[in-house]
Amino acid sequence: MSKNWPLWEIFVRSKNGLEHRHFGSLHAADAEMALENARDVYTRRNEGVSIWVVESKNITASNPEHNGEMFEPAQDKVYRHPTFYDLPDEVKHM
Amino acid sequence: MSEEQIKNLEKQFEERIARDEKIEPKDWMPEKYRKTHIRQMSQHAHSEIIGMLPEGNWITRAPSLRRKVALLAKVQDEAGHGLYLYSACETLGVSRDELYEQLHSGKAKYSSIFNYPTITWADMGAIGWLVDGAAIINQVPLCNTSYGPYARAMIRVCKEESFHQRQGFEIMIKLANGTPEQKDMAQDALNRWWWPSLMMLGPTDAESIHTEQSMKWKLKRKSNDDLRQQFIDQTVPQAELIGLTIPDPDLKWNEERQSYDFGEINWDEFWQVVKGHGPMNKERMKARVNAWEEGEWVRDAAMAYAEKKQERKEKQVV
Amino acid sequence: MKNENLYNYILGIADNSLILGQRLGELTGHGPSLETDIACTNISLDLFGQVRSYFQYAAKIAGDDRTEDDIAMLRKERDYKNVLLVEQPNTNFAYTMARQFLFDVYHLAFLSELQKSTDLTLSAIANKCIKEVSYHERFSSDWIKRLGDGTEESKVKMQEAIDGLWTYTDELFHQTEADKAMVAEGIGVDVTKLKDAYYARVNEILEEATLEIPESKWFQKGGKEGIHTEHMGYLLAELQYMQRAYPNMEW
Repeated sequence: MSKNWPLWEIFVRSKNGLEHRHFGSLHAADAEMALENARDVYTRRNEGVSIWVVESKNITASNPEHNGEMFEPAQDKVYRHPTFYDLPDEVKHM
Repeated sequence: MSEEQIKNLEKQFEERIARDEKIEPKDWMPEKYRKTHIRQMSQHAHSEIIGMLPEGNWITRAPSLRRKVALLAKVQDEAGHGLYLYSACETLGVSRDELYEQLHSGKAKYSSIFNYPTITWADMGAIGWLVDGAAIINQVPLCNTSYGPYARAMIRVCKEESFHQRQGFEIMIKLANGTPEQKDMAQDALNRWWWPSLMMLGPTDAESIHTEQSMKWKLKRKSNDDLRQQFIDQTVPQAELIGLTIPDPDLKWNEERQSYDFGEINWDEFWQVVKGHGPMNKERMKARVNAWEEGEWVRDAAMAYAEKKQERKEKQVV
Repeated sequence: MKNENLYNYILGIADNSLILGQRLGELTGHGPSLETDIACTNISLDLFGQVRSYFQYAAKIAGDDRTEDDIAMLRKERDYKNVLLVEQPNTNFAYTMARQFLFDVYHLAFLSELQKSTDLTLSAIANKCIKEVSYHERFSSDWIKRLGDGTEESKVKMQEAIDGLWTYTDELFHQTEADKAMVAEGIGVDVTKLKDAYYARVNEILEEATLEIPESKWFQKGGKEGIHTEHMGYLLAELQYMQRAYPNMEW
């Protein structure tokens, strides 16, 4: 028979105050095992204080072929950035 | 897609890499890029996993508790590195099971050096010092390779690897400064592992088939011969420092090149081991196949249990 | 030695971790999956870490020039005081996990009592170890459930392992002379008092794993007195090989 253990994506918070970051993936039969495995595989050197596991198949990713329409329209919206606005040099701390 | 369109995509692709942009899993990539990466990353992963065996051989016999925990942690890291690299392969749509299948059927290659036996404790020192030393030289440039998941895996690997070589060299120092019997043990290990370590950096450039393409894709930053020279130049002074002799009568400092000249490598032996005629090829493969086959019922059980638990949960909701 | 009872008491505790750590170490590179391999090695590393804390303390108590390694590797088989359970071989993954689980449940209960020891070093060691062992117990009991309630084949194998190892469980609760002396001084743990809670917890997990609780009332003993099963000699032959073949050297 042999059904393979599914793939899980592992997110680790390195310390409180930081966000969970994608660390890598691994195989596990269920979520508990994925957590246990993630602890042993990705936090052996004190790398984490919190772990999220998500089965890889549950992640919906954007398609790089659509990158043009997805991301390029944001490129010319310079008015969203503070440097767009001219202020006299005398104004400090703004 | 027309041939011209593909040519165009390929051109853009190569330009991206030339600009030092990273390629990510879902990006369009030439089929050859995908295949080459699967081959190189999986060979690398297999090497880590097979590489656990010669060192694992000494875990139960390590001479002190301190050495035992260091060795356990090191071999465990190798499992971790194999895992990171298999994961990187999986981003290209090939499963770990398929890769195992290639390894177990003898289709996939792994680093030949692990087909030599570890017969004394000093071999743990020599492997850490020389084999990991050569591996690091190979691996550090890969932290910057073009395929994102591979580069990320290598950054993690290199970070963890840094204790491995020190661990090995420390074993050698202790032996070299120990009793005459210990010093002999260290020299004997160096004698046996030196040449295979040089071979580990790959065939000479003249015989290496993949180099040019690999350079373009940043799978390789320096040629095999350059890497080998770098390894020799950095290792010889380390051997001198601890009073061991490199087993090469032709080894000589070349003032003009500012490098060591060295003797002829026995490439015949190298190719024989690659072809499966090394002292431990069969045993290594048997150990891996056994672990996999004997583990099958365990993996199946875990899967069956997970499914049952899921079903029960769903029933509760209803 | 002034504190001979305390010395022997510490060795009795540490030998369990030493021998079990050694058994788990045999598996590195041979596990049923990479992830499981890494997990078992982690447990082995935890146990050896504990061993070093205990033996370093014991060496200090001995007060001569013996080291942690002398204690770990240079005794005769009769002088190792681990329970028979931990020296049993890795017959298959079910045995490995059953051995782990049957020991972890005891180990956890033992350490939580040892934390109250009037010996501050021992209570500090217990305090550190209990976090590791809580994890071991969760890990191994999860595997008991997975294999017990997994497939037909895994159920048979897990039941066999539990049945095979059950006979070594009672010894966990036997008291040695050193035990009695240390309990009297408020240093040691009265293991006889851990027994009921132990079987309650073990049975609870076995039931959840849909396994039969063995009915056998005949139990093996001897490890705590240094009378081991035949497996032990081979385990020690490997553990001691270097120290015996190359005596009085540093590594």
